[in-house]
Amino acid sequence: MPGKSFIHKMDARAKILLLIVYIVFIFLCYNFISLAVMTAFTVLVIALTKISFIKYLKSLKVILVIIILTGILNLFYGSGEVLWEWWMIKLTTGGISNYFFVIIRISILMMVSSALTYTTSPTDLTDAIERLLKPLSFFHVQVHEIAMMMTIALRFIPVLLEETDKIMNAQKARGADMESGNIFQRVKALIPVLIPLFVSSFRRANDLAMAMECRCYNGGKNRTRMKILHYSVTDLIALVFSAVMFVGVILCNLYFPNFV
Amino acid sequence: MEEFIEVKDVYFQYEGTEGEDSSAFALNGVNMTINKGEFVAIVGHNGSGKSTLAKHFNSIYLPTTGDIFVDGINTKDDDRLFEIRKKVGLVLQNPDNQIVAGIVEEDVAFGCENIGIPSKEIRIRVDNALKAVDMYDYRTHSPDKLSGGQKQRIAIAGIIAMEPECIVLDEPTAMLDPQGRDEVIHTITELNRNMGITIILITHYMEEAVLADRVIVMDSGNVLTSGTPKEVFAQVELLKQRRLDVPQATELIYKLAGCGFELPKCVLNEEECVQALIKYCSLQKKNG
Ligand SMILES: Nc1ncnc2c1ncn2[C@@H]1O[C@H](COP(=O)(O)OP(=O)(O)OP(=O)(O)O)[C@@H](O)[C@H]1O
Ligand SMILES: [Mg+2]
Repeated sequence: MPGKSFIHKMDARAKILLLIVYIVFIFLCYNFISLAVMTAFTVLVIALTKISFIKYLKSLKVILVIIILTGILNLFYGSGEVLWEWWMIKLTTGGISNYFFVIIRISILMMVSSALTYTTSPTDLTDAIERLLKPLSFFHVQVHEIAMMMTIALRFIPVLLEETDKIMNAQKARGADMESGNIFQRVKALIPVLIPLFVSSFRRANDLAMAMECRCYNGGKNRTRMKILHYSVTDLIALVFSAVMFVGVILCNLYFPNFV
Repeated sequence: MEEFIEVKDVYFQYEGTEGEDSSAFALNGVNMTINKGEFVAIVGHNGSGKSTLAKHFNSIYLPTTGDIFVDGINTKDDDRLFEIRKKVGLVLQNPDNQIVAGIVEEDVAFGCENIGIPSKEIRIRVDNALKAVDMYDYRTHSPDKLSGGQKQRIAIAGIIAMEPECIVLDEPTAMLDPQGRDEVIHTITELNRNMGITIILITHYMEEAVLADRVIVMDSGNVLTSGTPKEVFAQVELLKQRRLDVPQATELIYKLAGCGFELPKCVLNEEECVQALIKYCSLQKKNG
């Protein structure tokens, strides 16, 4: 999503690097107090993006299954004082606090990752990844090719989704039944969708390769870029803020070791 | 005039097609020369080999037999492939799968980035190219949400930004509305006149072909006839026989002449048509 906020202005590389450190620190949180520091920071980042909080809540849909699953697991394997018990299932204080600890961790992780994808254009992201992975080309990793593949994949995923939809409608118009029957019948009904989709993908790939050749693409040799990523004061400020948070987490871990 | 592209006795057979007879070949002994700074239109019915020929101009396809020279370089010369592609920019027929990047301006920049233009210069060229095709306001949009005609304009801008010496356009106006068509044709003629860029325009619209310096008519992989628009469109019979149209104005005058009216042999546009009719009427009046 385009925007002009502080987070939007940060360099994509800085955002990716800080996200990686952030993820490491989420797993270094040993108690609720250090987790609270991380959560406060997360809320600050989200507020700074100026994107509605509802959007972030929606991003949690993906991990709904995990949230429910950990809940169930903790019903079986909880430790500590038993509050309520029935057959193999028991509700314990340890289980409850453990559960909240895990889901808060996962939720803020999701939200900060969303903050990255919401505030950075796909091209900037792939560009940043290409730059960050550059040292790997020393070990003969095809960094440019990987980045190009990501660019093209990002460009064509929506196109292929739309096409799938079109083909499905076309087959339905011919009387194909895709919404009833058991799982095997449904999978079988997908074959007439997948085959045209594959054929058209190959044709698209062929056309695209030709169009790239027409525009002198030669695998990234001597290639320049229109937009050059550069670090700015914004990134320095973000770095300082993050450093404060990380020190905070470490201190909380040290001073409240048994405060789960 | 200086020759820019020389096509010498080119035969081309697609891989996977069988046979030795002429119907198996997409190009059947094509000969033509395109001069520097010329504006050439290529017309011909569906499947006559126009797109196949266009892809020969920048060495995407190589002739099965025969040779093509671009500014003196044989397109079969593998070492100078990129030199040729820098000189001859090709806008393909189908705009859907020509767009590489996820943002309009990034896509227009793609070609310039490949040929190693400095960043600042790319920015200027991209902005100018987008303004030339009237898509500047869409520069930060995603190409998925554009219409077919808008995608076509982006594809054209991507080639214009590379500033080639020659631009080959394969039916660039097929998906455009009448106004969009006028705009694109205007841009093309502008590039030709003001910047001296050689233009090869493949089209089904005879009204566009009329604007060219020279028209080449393709038929079943061959050059049927070529010449100035006047020379070509005077052969109404021949063109009609080969499932080709002539401009409406030309056809009207041709039909009237066929009914016995004394009219000029060939007119190319409405203006000339009106002039011819006025002249005829006033002549009739004088004669009583
Ligand atoms: N990829 C291909 N493989 C095999 N044969 C092909 C291929 N592309 C085109 N042909 C054949 O080559 C011939 C010339 O096709 P071409 O696309 O050059 O025609 P065209 O003049 O551009 O037609 P249109 O006006 O429809 O664009 C046709 O007979 C076509 O069937
Ligand atoms: Mg064609």
